[in-house]
Amino acid sequence: MSVNAPVKLTIKDYKSELHNDWCAGCGDFGILTSIQMALAQLQLDPDKVAVFSGIGCSGKTPHYINAYGFHTLHGRVLTVATGARLANTKQTVLALGGDGDGYGIGAGYFVGAGRRNVDFAYLVHNNNVYGLTKGQASPTLAKGKKTKSMPEQSIQDGINPVAMAIASGYTFIARAYALEPKYTAGIIARAIEHRGAALVDVLQTCPTYNDLYTKEWYEGADLPEKRSRLYKLEDQGFDGKVKDPTDKQEIIAKKSAAVARSYEDEPIPIGVYYEIDLPTYEDEVFRRIPDLKETPLVEQNAFERDVNPLLEAMR
Amino acid sequence: MQKNRLTWMIGGPQGSGINASAEVFAKACSRAGLRVYANIEYHSNIMGKHSFYRVRVDDEDIRSYRDTADILVALDDETLTGDGHHRRWPTHFGHLHEINEGGGVIYDSEIEFQPKESGRADLRFYPVPFMEIIKKALEEVGKGEQARRYEVMKNTVGLGASLALCDYPFDLVAEVIRSQFKGKRSEVGELNVRAARLAFEHVKQHGSAKDFPYTLKPGSEPKARILAKGYEIAAIAKLKAGCSFQTYYPISPATDESVFLERHQRDYNLLVVQCEDEISSINMAVGAAHMGVRVATATSGPGFALMVEGIGFASITEAPGPVLVLYQRGGPSTGMPTRQEQGDLQFALHPAQGDFPHIVTAPGDLRESYQDIFSAFNWAERYQMPIIVLSDKKLASVYTTIDKLELKYDRIDRGERFTGSEWTALDAKGPNDSANGHNGNGKGADVKEYLRYALTKDGISPRSRPGIPGGRFWVTSDEHDPDGHITEGVEMRMAMMHKRMGKLALVQKAIPQDQQYALHGPADAELTVVAWGSTKGTILDAIRVLEAQGKKINFLQCRLMKPFPAEAVGTILRKAKHIVSMEENYSGQLASLVTEHTGILIKDRINKYDGRPFSEDEVVRALANAYAGGKIEPVVTHVR
Repeated sequence: MSVNAPVKLTIKDYKSELHNDWCAGCGDFGILTSIQMALAQLQLDPDKVAVFSGIGCSGKTPHYINAYGFHTLHGRVLTVATGARLANTKQTVLALGGDGDGYGIGAGYFVGAGRRNVDFAYLVHNNNVYGLTKGQASPTLAKGKKTKSMPEQSIQDGINPVAMAIASGYTFIARAYALEPKYTAGIIARAIEHRGAALVDVLQTCPTYNDLYTKEWYEGADLPEKRSRLYKLEDQGFDGKVKDPTDKQEIIAKKSAAVARSYEDEPIPIGVYYEIDLPTYEDEVFRRIPDLKETPLVEQNAFERDVNPLLEAMR
Repeated sequence: MQKNRLTWMIGGPQGSGINASAEVFAKACSRAGLRVYANIEYHSNIMGKHSFYRVRVDDEDIRSYRDTADILVALDDETLTGDGHHRRWPTHFGHLHEINEGGGVIYDSEIEFQPKESGRADLRFYPVPFMEIIKKALEEVGKGEQARRYEVMKNTVGLGASLALCDYPFDLVAEVIRSQFKGKRSEVGELNVRAARLAFEHVKQHGSAKDFPYTLKPGSEPKARILAKGYEIAAIAKLKAGCSFQTYYPISPATDESVFLERHQRDYNLLVVQCEDEISSINMAVGAAHMGVRVATATSGPGFALMVEGIGFASITEAPGPVLVLYQRGGPSTGMPTRQEQGDLQFALHPAQGDFPHIVTAPGDLRESYQDIFSAFNWAERYQMPIIVLSDKKLASVYTTIDKLELKYDRIDRGERFTGSEWTALDAKGPNDSANGHNGNGKGADVKEYLRYALTKDGISPRSRPGIPGGRFWVTSDEHDPDGHITEGVEMRMAMMHKRMGKLALVQKAIPQDQQYALHGPADAELTVVAWGSTKGTILDAIRVLEAQGKKINFLQCRLMKPFPAEAVGTILRKAKHIVSMEENYSGQLASLVTEHTGILIKDRINKYDGRPFSEDEVVRALANAYAGGKIEPVVTHVR
């Protein structure tokens, strides 16, 4: 073995030393592990990765990952991540946050990011509750549902993140389950590798506040046949990938199929709903400002600009 | 006969092209070596509502507008007599009453207007057949039947007619018109020259045009001046300072700056991103700043109201920016989107929750804007905090001559940076320990480890950027330790608050005095005016008039608002015999700020909040009144 052989990065290389303060059994652990597994699977240099989060329990995730970490504001994670990504297109950008963060207070930015199709992967920790404020209904909790700390049933309906992502223009849309880290890691790795805005809605348990959608519920422990309430799309031969991105009919068919599947709730499909290869926002920027393709903004020398032509035009 | 000193005004419905006409007129004067100060008043409307543009021309330096004009070009009857006949609450009463005695009125002869009934027998009226002239110009090139399509050329007709009146050489105008229509549009340019010439000749034939009392003559040696708009200078300052990333959401009157930058983004490798709202604008900018790029954004009050959480976020995470140019407009809420107000000073000083450091500066004119916006990028990176540059509608849209645009402080300073090979940068600043012996990594004070929020002696931690080996960091909007991890510990909280807030004292020391405040005029004045921002030029012009009357007035211009130069301002004001503040807001926000920092109460507050900037005449009258000990009252624009 050559002394210069690159050292293979393992999951340990993506772990920070910080003490973790999530509740025991929190679904966040599964998502954290999945991220670290995905990074190891892709052998990404931690210096070339930046992880962005919103606010809430999930917002603490970057602190536990050994990579550049940005724990931003409630609902604004995609805006900060977009700015960062456009400033340095050599950096791999991973964004994450809770369902309240992404689909509630951040819904406008969820839509905006889809329209732009900036190249990043966005993981939503979807556990139906606002955990850090002690269990209020989140935007994914259906109407009429009541978790244990809610005084009343949810008065408004939940939204459908997959359908919202389709409508907004995300070019990779998947769903995963926090307590299946290996499977989730595979999906996250695909989302990171995908060129463009990738959403992974990760179904997640909150052992402290969500007594409706528990580990046992997902496992179907209460069902007579004791079968999982989840199934994998690929197991039913579902293929959400658009083969020809110029074929409008195929796009409509694949989008419709993804939306139809996203309304299934018994059992719930996980896996990749939709995938298409389209020019990213960065591609469009490079078309307009070709110099940025090789040299990202952060490496440009912006300090020797000649503004005299602009002043001359004002004579 | 008054040579090279006049105000020309053109009015018409929004969308009729009066801007183009006024700008060509301004340019023709500027190129001939005259000084120009032009400002526009317009409605928040796309087509149809009344707008007007004033162009004040002089041999001397002028920095404000006058109440009255000498020549009026009216493209419609509303410009002459107002909108009272079709609105329950008139917004204006026309401009006839604003024309100086003996002045000229050029109007479209298709307007049903009877000069004899105007009550202004002193004025000279010039009916001009605008459409007929356009048709004639088109006929000359065989396009006579298309006249209606070229209705917008009415304002070129008005321009040609005016210049005939003040006996200006036509060739100079033709040259400017041609320069506005380059390339593919040069054919349209020629048409406009034809129309202007026909109008010029039409008025020349008019008997009374010969001895019109106001004339414009090109200087023998035209000065090489530029004629610039405020937002253009702001944009150029950003380019010059190395700004590479600008975000914005469309909003009057801030949009022009971003669109100007976007138009030039390819030439300067600067990326302009139009966001889904201002929350996105500010946070994208903060994200890009942390990546190591010089970033900026621009907005107005309603957009700034959305941005505020991002300001706090930038400050607690010690982001090296952004630089935010806040173009104030009439508030509150949506307020008066296209009108002037200096109403956001206190808001810009206190935009978000908690105590945090940021810099607020308020340049008084285009040159100061250029300097302060340029410097702001240096301050943002050296002190790692967001910067707000207060501008306003007036400063954004003013169109004025500048002799030469230069930076007094032109050095680029990127502050202290960790680049991967500079471990000593931390050592040189002393060990990373605070009073409690905690360096944040739990490994002891002598461990050479990069810490983004290292507790250094002066509170500034060299910044890294993602991608730099060994420069790993975490950023959080929570209170944090030197690693950038969340903390709620008492001692670390205290250390971090002191680290961040302490930077303001460094800023105060470092910013040159002339960028903090200026005392204009004699030290031993009878009256001291305290003001800020874009009223600077108007106040200086007014003081020049009052000085000629023997009045001793000086003017303390406050420019750096945070950190506020409390000591210097206090020293100056304690010597003042009589202080008045002048502000374009309701409450006197600077006056309150002065009291907050110096304990000096400014009782005489001359405020204007009708959505229009102070005119030179208004300031002359208000200061003369204050000088004589008169009762201080709000200033209101004369509208009838």
